[in-house]
Amino acid sequence: MDWFLRGWTALVFLFLYGPVLVLVACSFNASRLNVVWEGFTLDWYQKLLANAPLLRAAKNSLLIATATAILSVLLGTAGAWLLHRYRYRCSQLIRTIVAIPMVMPEILMGISLLILFATIGLKLGFTTVIIGHVTFSFPFVLIAVQVRLHGLDPALEEAALDLGATPLRAFWLVIVPCLKPAIIAGALMAFTLSMDELIVTFFTRSASAETLPVQVYGMARVGLNPMLNALSTLFILATVAFVLFSEYLRKLSR
Amino acid sequence: MPDPVRPMIEIRGVTKRFGAFTAVDDVSLVVRAGEFLTLLGPSGCGKTTLLRLLAGFETPDAGAILLDGEDVTHLPPYRRNVNQVFQSYALFPHLSVRDNVGFGLRMQGVPAAAAAARIRDALAMVSLAEQSGKLPHQLSGGQRQRVALARAVVCRPKVLLLDEPLSALDAKLRHGMQLELKHLQRKLGITFVFVTHDQAEALTMSDRIAVINRGKVEQVGPAAEIYHRPRTPFAADFIGQANLLSATIVGRNGTTARVRAAGGLELTVAAAGLPAGASTALLSVRPEKIHISKHRIEAENVFAARIEEEIFQGATDQLTLVTDQGTRLHALVANESAIQEAFHEGDRVHCGLHPDDLIIVQAE
Repeated sequence: MDWFLRGWTALVFLFLYGPVLVLVACSFNASRLNVVWEGFTLDWYQKLLANAPLLRAAKNSLLIATATAILSVLLGTAGAWLLHRYRYRCSQLIRTIVAIPMVMPEILMGISLLILFATIGLKLGFTTVIIGHVTFSFPFVLIAVQVRLHGLDPALEEAALDLGATPLRAFWLVIVPCLKPAIIAGALMAFTLSMDELIVTFFTRSASAETLPVQVYGMARVGLNPMLNALSTLFILATVAFVLFSEYLRKLSR
Repeated sequence: MPDPVRPMIEIRGVTKRFGAFTAVDDVSLVVRAGEFLTLLGPSGCGKTTLLRLLAGFETPDAGAILLDGEDVTHLPPYRRNVNQVFQSYALFPHLSVRDNVGFGLRMQGVPAAAAAARIRDALAMVSLAEQSGKLPHQLSGGQRQRVALARAVVCRPKVLLLDEPLSALDAKLRHGMQLELKHLQRKLGITFVFVTHDQAEALTMSDRIAVINRGKVEQVGPAAEIYHRPRTPFAADFIGQANLLSATIVGRNGTTARVRAAGGLELTVAAAGLPAGASTALLSVRPEKIHISKHRIEAENVFAARIEEEIFQGATDQLTLVTDQGTRLHALVANESAIQEAFHEGDRVHCGLHPDDLIIVQAE
């Protein structure tokens, strides 16, 4: 029984990570074709770093993801605090509605945002892409912060007020520091989501606001290029580092 | 020492409702400057709500609260010169002991040098000078409790509110802290309002106790007065042990009255507490006030009884007596020496009761 379970686990992991490992290996393969190994090379990485459109797209992506993370933190934290601290007639409804963008098909989000922007006459570009990303990213921050708030002693805020802090100072000097791990974890989540988002970006971008995933998708359609393997490898590395870091923060916050 | 004249807090006809539930019901209470007043009552009686009204976390639906003569009814907590020690301590987890204690001074804008000196003094007062760099989670429960205390008194409030601050400590530590708190209050001269459901704690610490039940103040007075002269059945029963006897009044004779307790035991009581025209009364008798002997007793009220149960408690013996008329009474006798006459289950004894020890807590 024991050997069977071990074997099964190995198979599951092979299924999950086999393709990724092949991709990483191919990024160092001297052959243009992925099927045969012709020797180790860093050529693809070199070519990647010399590809101007890709680099520009990468810069755009970083910019958009950073803006998305910051806006998501502001919206998510404020939303979570208001929902936690005050009772509204439709608090429960708001809580449910807020979570919908997390599970809504991205294509629907993309189309509806495009229609919205066209209706109000907002020119497509960085602004529209960022708005699009924030709509589905900030609920992750909101929920992370909400969980943390739930475990927080309500007397903490009262103690701050009691010691002479106005509600605003109490929030800033006591509540926010207590929420820091959740806020950072939420920000990392928002950043990651924005970084590899394709569909919503596809509908809300302009030529000047091309992001990395959109650019890669465009390149992949013309044919597989080992340069993309190199790019993906770098991406995987960054993603793993991010996930590990946000997990670490989540543990800290418990 | 409490100032017998100057009121520090005046609560005037305060009512607080939560939906259909009335937590505080038309309460009027005066807290004197410099006194240690305890709000005592069972959980859910409204004592914590009353404290929260004083702190400013709740606003009354009716009535007014005056702090040192100033109407603070609608002032937010951060504009009241009142500080609280919370049941959970509510120490800021991300700040060191020093910064926790200094938080209030920082909010008041006290200059750094002056604040540092006051923080040092406050920490020295609670013997935590060495822990000032630590974070709250690195401290023991008792140490956290002291930090919460130092954090509240460093602001020199007019009134210190304490919400069951000792309930999380173990019994031994709790008793030590009770005395320490009382001494500290004497030293600082700050008015303390202390909330607890523990009657022993209230008796140990307070200058005066306000007994609270179902949102109302049942009785206010010094501990001894409430113990010896309870005015309501609840006050008699909640503080210490009490035998509550329902009785009918069978006759009056100037300063005394004759009553017949359920079961038929006839007793003489002081008539002072008995309104004219009352026909029934509820009497409270403290167990230690019943004199018990194997020999005949000279007393106003004497009766014979059988010991149904005897429980040895060290310093005292707890006895359950059944009188010849069938009335069941709890009594407490001191174990003064090993050679004194011992009481055993089944023994027949003579009992005596002074009329002044029969307290009328209710009459109709």
